[in-house]
Amino acid sequence: MRISCPLCGPRDRREFYYRGAAVALQRPAADAGEDAWQAYVFLRDNPAGVTRDLWYHAQGCGAWLVVTRDTASHEILATELAAEVAS
Amino acid sequence: MRFSGWRILKEGLTGNSGWTPQWRDPEPKEAYDIVIIGGGGHGLSTAYYLAREHGLRNVAVLEKGWIGGGNVGRNTTIVRANYGLPGNSEFYSHSLKLWEGLEQELNYNVMFSQRGVINLYHSDGQRDAFVRRGNAMVNQGDDAILLDRAALRRKLPYLDFDTARFPVLGGLYHPRGGTARHDAVAWGYARGADSRGVDLIQNCEVTGIDIDAGRVTGVQTSRGAIRAGKVGIVVAGRSSQVAAMAGLRLPIESHVLQAFVTEGLKPVIDQVVTFGMGHFYISQSDKGGLVFGGDLDGYASYAQRGNLPLVEHVMEAGMALMPMIGKARVLRSWGGIMDMSPDGSPVIDRTGIEGLYLNCGWCYGGFKAVPASGHCFAHLLATDRPHAAAAGFRLDRFRSGEGIMDEEATGAQHNLH
Repeated sequence: MRISCPLCGPRDRREFYYRGAAVALQRPAADAGEDAWQAYVFLRDNPAGVTRDLWYHAQGCGAWLVVTRDTASHEILATELAAEVAS
Repeated sequence: MRFSGWRILKEGLTGNSGWTPQWRDPEPKEAYDIVIIGGGGHGLSTAYYLAREHGLRNVAVLEKGWIGGGNVGRNTTIVRANYGLPGNSEFYSHSLKLWEGLEQELNYNVMFSQRGVINLYHSDGQRDAFVRRGNAMVNQGDDAILLDRAALRRKLPYLDFDTARFPVLGGLYHPRGGTARHDAVAWGYARGADSRGVDLIQNCEVTGIDIDAGRVTGVQTSRGAIRAGKVGIVVAGRSSQVAAMAGLRLPIESHVLQAFVTEGLKPVIDQVVTFGMGHFYISQSDKGGLVFGGDLDGYASYAQRGNLPLVEHVMEAGMALMPMIGKARVLRSWGGIMDMSPDGSPVIDRTGIEGLYLNCGWCYGGFKAVPASGHCFAHLLATDRPHAAAAGFRLDRFRSGEGIMDEEATGAQHNLH
């Protein structure tokens, strides 16, 4: 599996640290309540198909990426800088 | 039909003409008291104990593929009760006791082999942690023996004891642990459930869960609608998809775990050996193949295959620990879908929807749990009360933070177990 970093180009999966579903970009407000925080921290869609997750280019440029990926085929569909997705 | 040595002799002398199918292939009925979604090890044992312990026989197990075709036929077959935390400890102890009586109870040879499990340690700190874990196991009533280097060398003379990175200092030996023939476990429970009246319905995929006013009323399947008083979801890696049919989101992320088997060799590895620091474990099947694996690939996946970095890592760890296996040729490798929970411990609980029950989150350790998971889930389905051995496996522990069972102490968070 190779991930195409927007800054570095296609790189081996080993250079990246996986952080899970891209929900981290939708952090609830501190007073959003237990339901919102449970959903954010623990509950996942966990799709068998297209998903968006966060990868950190630890052994490369150090950028956080949002990777659109098919969990059933391991195909990488798109990669974006998390900083641009979140802004 | 009962199996016995006498029966094998008789059939051998009469052309093996008297064997019959071990379970029926029934058409689904219109309605059942209880429908179990998922005909894997846990679903089959649930149905078996519903019939045997609770006398509930109007039960169907719906399997989208075939019996034994999922994770129960694709794992590395290890059985152990070496957990350290209350909640897990009593459950796996309960499971090991069920394993020990399983073949007689099922009249089925599951080739349960208590050859022992040895966890290696490589530092004083790790030894201290194993002493603590061993004491927890002994307090639970199970067995644990701390082996120093000399004692371990007598058992595993083939290890490379003096590697610079992880010198082997000793091991925690769990004699009652071991392995079992995974397919036979599924077949034995299937035969036991079927003979007590449970309908095992294969090639029957659940496509919807019917809910009326907060109460489950049945399921939609590829073979038509089936009404049900209660429905149990026991589908491991596919838990999120099936639960979503009832509008539920689960604290589960599905990951891929790879395993490997070599060509058959003469007996050389007598126990299950785990090398936690290198993420490697190994045993030898009764057929002679070395069965081994490592850690998760580390990303959500339903592909049932992994990637090469983890393959390389597992081979390196194996070679570092026991260079003698270097000439064995790997025959095949595969990946399974693991239902990873945030704290690494499972869920056996109600769901908030009346009549709908959930059994999931077994991570990469579901095989050893097959007997007790079914036993405890059947208890919950039949009585609406949790079994004492599984009372800690609550779905709401992530919401409340109370009763989190984080065996590895890495934090109750996705992607850390």
